[in-house]
Amino acid sequence: MPEGLSLTGLSFLDWEPVSFEIGESECVGITGASGSGKTLLLRAIADLDVNHGEVRLGDVGRDSVSAPFWRSMVGMLPAESKWWEERVGAHFGKENASTRERLEAFGFGYDVMDWEVRRLSVGERQRLGLVRLLGLEPRALLLDEPTANLDVRNTGIVEEIVEAYRKRKGAAVLWVSHNEEQLGRVARRVLVMDGKELKAVA
Amino acid sequence: MKIVELSVWDLGLAAALVLALAVATMLGRFGVGRSLIVAAARMTIQLSLIGLVLRVLFDHPELLWVGLMSLVMLLVAAREVVSRQNRRLRGWWSFWIGAGSMFLSSFVLAIFALAVVVQSDPWYDPRYAIPILGMLLGNTMNAIALSLDRLTESAWDQREVIEQRLMLGQDRREAMTRIVRGAVRGAFIPVINAMAVAGIVSLPGMMTGQILAGNSPTDAVKYQILIFFLIAAGGGFGMLLAVWLGRGRLFDSRERLRLDRLRESRD
Repeated sequence: MPEGLSLTGLSFLDWEPVSFEIGESECVGITGASGSGKTLLLRAIADLDVNHGEVRLGDVGRDSVSAPFWRSMVGMLPAESKWWEERVGAHFGKENASTRERLEAFGFGYDVMDWEVRRLSVGERQRLGLVRLLGLEPRALLLDEPTANLDVRNTGIVEEIVEAYRKRKGAAVLWVSHNEEQLGRVARRVLVMDGKELKAVA
Repeated sequence: MKIVELSVWDLGLAAALVLALAVATMLGRFGVGRSLIVAAARMTIQLSLIGLVLRVLFDHPELLWVGLMSLVMLLVAAREVVSRQNRRLRGWWSFWIGAGSMFLSSFVLAIFALAVVVQSDPWYDPRYAIPILGMLLGNTMNAIALSLDRLTESAWDQREVIEQRLMLGQDRREAMTRIVRGAVRGAFIPVINAMAVAGIVSLPGMMTGQILAGNSPTDAVKYQILIFFLIAAGGGFGMLLAVWLGRGRLFDSRERLRLDRLRESRD
């Protein structure tokens, strides 16, 4: 399991320590009521909040690399992607073929790069946020409700894009969603956050 | 040349203007009447006392006393920096960041100005040292108070953007670029404005004072130019240092945004 994501005794705030593994190219789903701590778990893995425990991606231990490098490896997509420059393109690196393909899959032309961020709808921000993240080629994905603001068609496209990325890159994917039906489609295993503890679904 | 002496009545007349203003703002319920009177009273008492202190100090121009006076000025200025923060850093961080940055910029520049530029004899002659240090400290204090307040306030407001940038693998420097730029630019505006209109729209305080005291305008101008260079440099360097230290404190060793290190907002 050279590229899997493994958590050993990861603890944050007063939640029970979390330990589990996601294999290379595997997708694990996490569900649970809102406020149960699903987002906190992703933030802890990405080292955005104070937390304890060991997290490894393949043979790389989290504390053996700089925090920015670690975060660029575990690619977290927040529930609401944020934008800070005026135009979309300023948030993207050099033009590349896979970004262009993903934009096309979502029905954007490359001219979207000239669009003003403030004119984007919530759904457009969410889709472009995913394209932006994948363009950085992270080795794992931590997705927080990646389709919360999308219609059925775009939800399907997100699921396809993530699957294609996961297979091509061998990326471990952690997919947080309150929609268990969706997790049934995209993930082989589903864990549930309940009472400050992460449990396997019976 | 002899100066026109000011009597208590002259000052009382001017004070009546402030009182009238306070009454007007109270009638208008602007909520500043009280603080206006308190500030005016503080200013009067502080300046009267400092007049006495300076008289004693000028009679005993010893390094020890000048140094002690400077230290008091520094600590009061640092306290002032802290009290102007809406969300100050927990613990004594805001105080020490303010004091440290002011010490490194204002004191170093004041000593430089006294020993190398003015070459007063001795270099710590309080007649030069205290006014120059006071000018430097006052302006640096404003620049630091403004920039730190802006830094912490924007970091608080834009936490989601900062964390988004961290998630994309940016380091704290990149993630804070815009916020730091805004804090620095905002704090530079007063001194840039003051220099831009100096002599045309406004006659700066020190120069006005020297002219009123009977010095030749050309000498007063030279001192004023020196002061402007000093406060621009001192305020600028001090503020850059304070912003750099402040940003450092907003992140921990794993480059996490630590807004829990800020106190709650005052308003």
